[in-house]
Amino acid sequence: MSSETGKILTTDGIPLEESLKQAEKKNKIKAFLLVAPLLLFLIITYMIPIGDMFSRSIDDKMVTNMLPKTYKAMENWDGKELPSEEVFEAFYLDYKILVKNKTAGKLQTQLNYEKNGFKSVLKKLARKQKKFEEGNYKEQIMKVHKRWRNVEYWRAIKRRAPSYTYSKYLKGIDMYSNEDGKIVQVSEDRRIHRILWIRTVEVAFFVTLFCFLMAYPIAHLLATLPMKYSNLLMICVLLPFWTSLLVRTASWMILLQQQGIVNDFFVWTGLVADDNRPEMMYNKTGTYVAMTQILLPFMVLPLYSVMKTISPSLMRAGKSLGATPTVAFFKVYFPLTIPGIGAGCLLVFILAIGYYITPALVGGASGTLISNQIAYHMKSTLDWSFASAMGLMLLTGVLAIYWIYNKLVGVDNIKLG
Amino acid sequence: MALPKYTEPHYRIWHYFYLLICGCVFFFLIAPLFVIFPLSFNAEEFLVFSDGMKRLDPDAFSLRWYKDMIYGTKNPWGLAARNSFIIAIFATLGSIILGTLAALGLSSRHMPYKGLIMAILISPMIVPLIISGVAIFFFMAKVGLAATHLGIILAHIILGTPFVVITVTATLSGFDHSITRAASSLGSSPYNTFMKITLPLILPGVISGGLFAFVTSFDEVVVVLFLAGLDNTTIPIQMWTGLREQLSPTILAVATCLIILSVLILLTAELLRRRSERLRGINR
Repeated sequence: MSSETGKILTTDGIPLEESLKQAEKKNKIKAFLLVAPLLLFLIITYMIPIGDMFSRSIDDKMVTNMLPKTYKAMENWDGKELPSEEVFEAFYLDYKILVKNKTAGKLQTQLNYEKNGFKSVLKKLARKQKKFEEGNYKEQIMKVHKRWRNVEYWRAIKRRAPSYTYSKYLKGIDMYSNEDGKIVQVSEDRRIHRILWIRTVEVAFFVTLFCFLMAYPIAHLLATLPMKYSNLLMICVLLPFWTSLLVRTASWMILLQQQGIVNDFFVWTGLVADDNRPEMMYNKTGTYVAMTQILLPFMVLPLYSVMKTISPSLMRAGKSLGATPTVAFFKVYFPLTIPGIGAGCLLVFILAIGYYITPALVGGASGTLISNQIAYHMKSTLDWSFASAMGLMLLTGVLAIYWIYNKLVGVDNIKLG
Repeated sequence: MALPKYTEPHYRIWHYFYLLICGCVFFFLIAPLFVIFPLSFNAEEFLVFSDGMKRLDPDAFSLRWYKDMIYGTKNPWGLAARNSFIIAIFATLGSIILGTLAALGLSSRHMPYKGLIMAILISPMIVPLIISGVAIFFFMAKVGLAATHLGIILAHIILGTPFVVITVTATLSGFDHSITRAASSLGSSPYNTFMKITLPLILPGVISGGLFAFVTSFDEVVVVLFLAGLDNTTIPIQMWTGLREQLSPTILAVATCLIILSVLILLTAELLRRRSERLRGINR
């Protein structure tokens, strides 16, 4: 024993408390090192790129970088009257370089977004500026087109001075900031995104509801049947679950086509006339039917795993205490399945809200969702900053749902099969 | 689920109605898969059952679409299948290695910030695929890995690891850590303990996570659509293009092969699940 009484030492002579702490620390580092490779990999290849999407979505350096001298000269301009000669000169010099590098087209397009009719004015200036003489640029520019005397056009240039903008987010909800800097809605006939958002939420909601209504009885049946039968029926749930999404979509395309089996069946039963076969694909019906079938296993599996744990004696106890089967079901059984319902609905809703493949194939024009719009801007218009902004808006929605779910039900370990 | 004798008539009716509903839902789930199978043997080019097929006339059936799948002109399927398998196998290996290590660390009770780290690790599963696709595309384009096999493999590792992390963590939750301590106290090195004690016990979890990762990679189309160039088409990409342009019976032949593959995977997963439950001492 050492002279310090009360402190227990290990065989190495270190106080036990310290030794334990060291061991604890070592274990902590060991555990962390095991996680580190994946964590680093995901942060670099996944988390940072998502952050990158944000900086892309607000990035507006293009115009700022194209007119550096102009914006420097404009710093002291109050925007009430026409800018001074100094600004005109700076603009002339900036624009001359752009014309020489053949990049003036980009500026024309960008400024035309800000103020309609700017493109033609700038194009004319591009042609005329070659003959400009040195000095008194204000007069010379104003002579090219009378719109240069209009202060509105200069204000439009000034509005693009900041290198960041939230206009892509406004565009995502069909709004824009107008010439006075006020945020207003776009004209009625151009409000396409809001319809898409509403439709996406609507489809996700109804698909979740249909999945729930269909999954509850079969999950109950699977959980209460004897093992040898339920295992067999479970295959009906698991086989679609493991089958390729595209295969299942393809089978729905065959079933729902106008000469398809579903329509044949309707004609055979006499529900519809042979020459009046309803269009079930390339619209919302197709999207609903296919998505419900594809996402159904994601509802059945969590429900099943919760229902499996509910002892059948609880229902019997309820009934023996005088409840009718209906009352026993709603007072005893149903409340116990709520965690399963929550998990299933969350899973299906989140999957449905970001759905892309099935709506693109069977949705047609009236069945496309917000994801299709994102993909369209990524691949066709190449407006990547807008695609990023829409993606992040969708992501925020998903995270909000997840957060609410966590508050209400609590995210337990997600079970797979 | 026989009803007791004393059941009242209206509950009896309700019960049969319930069974009927269940039957319909099961039919709705499974029937679409069986449409593909006979149509892929269609002798004609149309995607409807011909009169000959309805009469079960042998001449109405043929293997021509399977032949077309294998020997067809330009034959995109051979290359696509090879790419799909290469990508899926490497993505699965990567997911298994990274995911299992992380799960081992996460199940240690010494792990700091467990909740936060778990959230980051499984985030690729929660974030909608289209967003993952956009983000991963930006990254791969920046580092010059877009339209390469490596880029797609890395992307699929991102998407596959959450499944491995979840299944292995679940397996480890029933893991008796005193066994590894016993091994250490008997003089086994940590590496040996892992290989001889831990790994065999968590193997079912690892493999079933790996199966999830494999299927995810093998079926994945959203991210690949952004990343793939002409040399990296996979089966899903090829099917996607086919379905968008024209639904040909060749696609159904491929689809039939994929269904057979998924039956095999389902059987493996089911066997593993039972083995894992037996090993973990969960008896039903």
